[in-house]
Amino acid sequence: MHIILLVLIAASIAVLVSFTNTTSTYDTIETAKEKSGTYVHLMAKLDKSAPIEYDALNNPNYLSFTAVDSLGSSVKVVYHSAKPDNLEMSDKLVLKGKFNNGYFECEEIQTKCPSKYKEAEAQGKTHPGNVPDPRNGNATN
Amino acid sequence: MSYTGEHLVYGQFGNFFIVLSLLAAAVAAISFARATVVQEPSDKKAWLTLGRIAFISQTLAVFAIFGLIFYILQQHLFEYHYAWKHSSRSLEFKYLLAAIWEGQEGSFLLWMTCHSVLGLVLLTKRSEWGAPVLSVLSMVQFALSTMIMGLYIFGWKMGSNPFILLRDSGVLDNAPALHVNFDITQALRPDYLSSIKDGNDLNPLLQNYWMVIHPPVLFMGFASTSIPFAFAMAGLWKKKYGAWAEEALPWALFSTAVLGVGIMMGGMWAYESLSFGGYWAWDPVENASLVPWLIGVAGLHTLLIYRATEQSLRATYLFFILGFLFILYSTFLTRSGILGETSVHAFTDLGMNWQLLAFLSVFTLPSLAWFLQAYKRIPSPQKEEEISSREFWMFIGSLLFFLSAMVIIGQTSLPVYNKLSTFFFEQIRSIPLLKDWLGPNATPLNLAPPNDLEFSYNSVQIYVAIIVALLTALTQYFKYRHTETRYFWKKMLIPVLVSGILFALFSWQVGIDYPRKGPVFEGSIWLAVLLSIYALVANLSYIWIGARGKLQHAGGSIAHVGFAMVLLGIFISSSNKEIISNNIDGIPAPLAEGENPRENLTLIQDMPVNMANYTLTYLGDSAHPKKQLWYYKIRFVNKNGTDSFLLTPNAFVNYKGNEGLMANPDARHYWDHDVFTYITSIPNPENTADTSRFVPYVRKTGDTLYYSKGTLLVQSLGLRDNVPDSLFGQNGKLYELPVSVQAATGTSYQLTLRAALAKGQWISLPDTLTTEGMILKLQKVLPDGSVELGIKESDALLKYVTLKAYRYPWIKLLWYGVWITAIGLLISMIRRIRIRRLRIAKS
Repeated sequence: MHIILLVLIAASIAVLVSFTNTTSTYDTIETAKEKSGTYVHLMAKLDKSAPIEYDALNNPNYLSFTAVDSLGSSVKVVYHSAKPDNLEMSDKLVLKGKFNNGYFECEEIQTKCPSKYKEAEAQGKTHPGNVPDPRNGNATN
Repeated sequence: MSYTGEHLVYGQFGNFFIVLSLLAAAVAAISFARATVVQEPSDKKAWLTLGRIAFISQTLAVFAIFGLIFYILQQHLFEYHYAWKHSSRSLEFKYLLAAIWEGQEGSFLLWMTCHSVLGLVLLTKRSEWGAPVLSVLSMVQFALSTMIMGLYIFGWKMGSNPFILLRDSGVLDNAPALHVNFDITQALRPDYLSSIKDGNDLNPLLQNYWMVIHPPVLFMGFASTSIPFAFAMAGLWKKKYGAWAEEALPWALFSTAVLGVGIMMGGMWAYESLSFGGYWAWDPVENASLVPWLIGVAGLHTLLIYRATEQSLRATYLFFILGFLFILYSTFLTRSGILGETSVHAFTDLGMNWQLLAFLSVFTLPSLAWFLQAYKRIPSPQKEEEISSREFWMFIGSLLFFLSAMVIIGQTSLPVYNKLSTFFFEQIRSIPLLKDWLGPNATPLNLAPPNDLEFSYNSVQIYVAIIVALLTALTQYFKYRHTETRYFWKKMLIPVLVSGILFALFSWQVGIDYPRKGPVFEGSIWLAVLLSIYALVANLSYIWIGARGKLQHAGGSIAHVGFAMVLLGIFISSSNKEIISNNIDGIPAPLAEGENPRENLTLIQDMPVNMANYTLTYLGDSAHPKKQLWYYKIRFVNKNGTDSFLLTPNAFVNYKGNEGLMANPDARHYWDHDVFTYITSIPNPENTADTSRFVPYVRKTGDTLYYSKGTLLVQSLGLRDNVPDSLFGQNGKLYELPVSVQAATGTSYQLTLRAALAKGQWISLPDTLTTEGMILKLQKVLPDGSVELGIKESDALLKYVTLKAYRYPWIKLLWYGVWITAIGLLISMIRRIRIRRLRIAKS
């Protein structure tokens, strides 16, 4: 019994250790470019001065825009899915994907918006008890 | 200063009851503690009576708080921040409860309400365990009461008060229109409330019946983990280490049933109402409630072992203590905002992190210390379990559940490691002696979740599931202590054969198709399916073999049957789930290696598109009478025309000033699969403002004209001049111009444009070619016989939606499995209560 116990506990620890090897990192545009080809979480913002390319009629699975980060770098982002509806309103983006061939190939976009519900809405998900406080955002109706 | 229109009395009563609940919980905790330790029977009785009165008072206070909040919301008293923030005048009555527990304050209150109800049940029992258990429960209740206090103590905020007024909450501070002289440095206008016309409303995604029932069940599950914990504490306290087991067992069964159903109701909500295509995403919020359940199941099984063989009591203590502590840890994780970017759920930081951390430590440290200190005294027979005994395998199973929970929470806690490491770095660098120790280039941990988050869990947990399924099937066929080999194999034979046949049928008719993660993982899914079928059959058979068909004795087997169904449902539905919106005109995407996924499909109104096995047509939309909620009608017709149905996924569009789309799916349910779809994109309302203009073109018969998506051929102009003078005046003419349109897509259209010259004026009838996004008209006929055409091209003409669609096979196995598991557990619970009553009656 004790041997089984030890084996199972060792296995759990091994699983957790190997899990840390699969984790990704939070990156800026510069560091994401350095790690070209590696899956990262890119923390950036939408460059509102650059055009957003999305035409659902032509191809509902192609979105392209420019992201900038707080250090001033910018990168073209390509996302092969529908455009998150609140992309233009977002003040922060978490872009999951990798930098490749001169652009950031994004697999998942999380949009963070200044007004209430926005975070929740980003993925169409929310949870009771966890709704952002309007005190941080818009004041009255 | 007084303000017109405010109803302050409810808040005053509310605050009174909050203070009362806090004090009464404290009095109850102390009185029951005294009743536990005093020896003199008359003293004991007096303390017990006081404790009862105090506990009932706190229960009444909690109910009163709940009632007051409900009333405030129902009456739209927007002078209260809670009503303003979580409800609106248009919110349906049925969602008022959901609005209460949308906020953190309301969900703490819900948790307290559940504790109160459980406490009332405990009060009715005349047992020596009542006093210590209620004392522990009252302590938990006291800690929860502080969460809704809303006091500032030495600049630290304690709790968040649900009765805070809108004008005190800070939201009006920057609204000049509400202040005297439009100056925000001045006081509020006395009639400010008349400007607060409506509240922010309940988040539209929560306006769903699941949100009315999922939270109470889940919080009842959370609350119920306190009871086995309290029994374990009571055992340590009274130094009667195992005597509480019999009385705690029904509670442990209840807790497993209710928490399990509560969690899976969240899955049902996600599946039916949220647009992320599934019931489980290994999201931190989901994991945080799953982990205590897994530990609770482990505790339940070790408790059963202890009841039968006196083994495993120490493990039972550990599991019941940790089950509750991980509820607290979950509370901390999900409410402190620490999860940040790792969850797509929204988290708010109420500024109560120190308090949540205190809540966690104030129960963790003493309970674990107490357990460790008493560890040696908790009886544990020296005899090792035999390999042929039931308890041996039950214990292995429990251990596996526990370790699986540890691995899950270890993975979920990733952001906590980042925080701890940052904290550690800051501390080290602030100490002069050590500040260079870490070196200038060292940075704190900055770990983000892995690329494929779900697989990082699935790839581990599937092996847990495989072993658990096998153990679930086998273990009941072992007897406690020792099993004869021949007995075991004789009883096993039929279930093994039946499962083999069923598995063969499954492989032939259904199969598993999941090549994405390699043959080893796919093979593991096949094995998991085989063993889940085996677990299902073996436990079903055991209802007859072991319990001789008496269902009231077969609670355990029924629960296991349900659990095997859950596993089977998960494996089949998750691995065979297909996105069908990527299969257009029979060409499944990706088309080739490296081709990008095409999961979204755009449907133009009235233009059928072939998708997978269906032809889809977007028929149009309709609006909710009161809300900015739109229903999109999508007709599905299958290939051979034998089946046709209408799905109306809906979406909130720019709801209450929140730009964007919040989509809810709609599904068609079949016995063996579901087809469901949701909207991922609609035309931007800003673009629908029709700004494009008619561009004139002059052409002759036989000429061609190019537009952006094809060509137009002008055919010979016809003239009808026998038009009535009364309408057209003298020399009125009606021209008809046939035009053929050849679209670049290959489709051709034939139109006839008409223009009239009536009373000296040209009148044109525009003709719309929706699919080409074009409006055409014949503007006039020139004297030389050439025609002037007007063409307008605009996306705004097109009504379209972009959607995703899934096919979910065998999902019903999962849902029915959940209910059957819960029913089995409750049958067991009732039986255990009966057995105990009989024993007490006899003695």
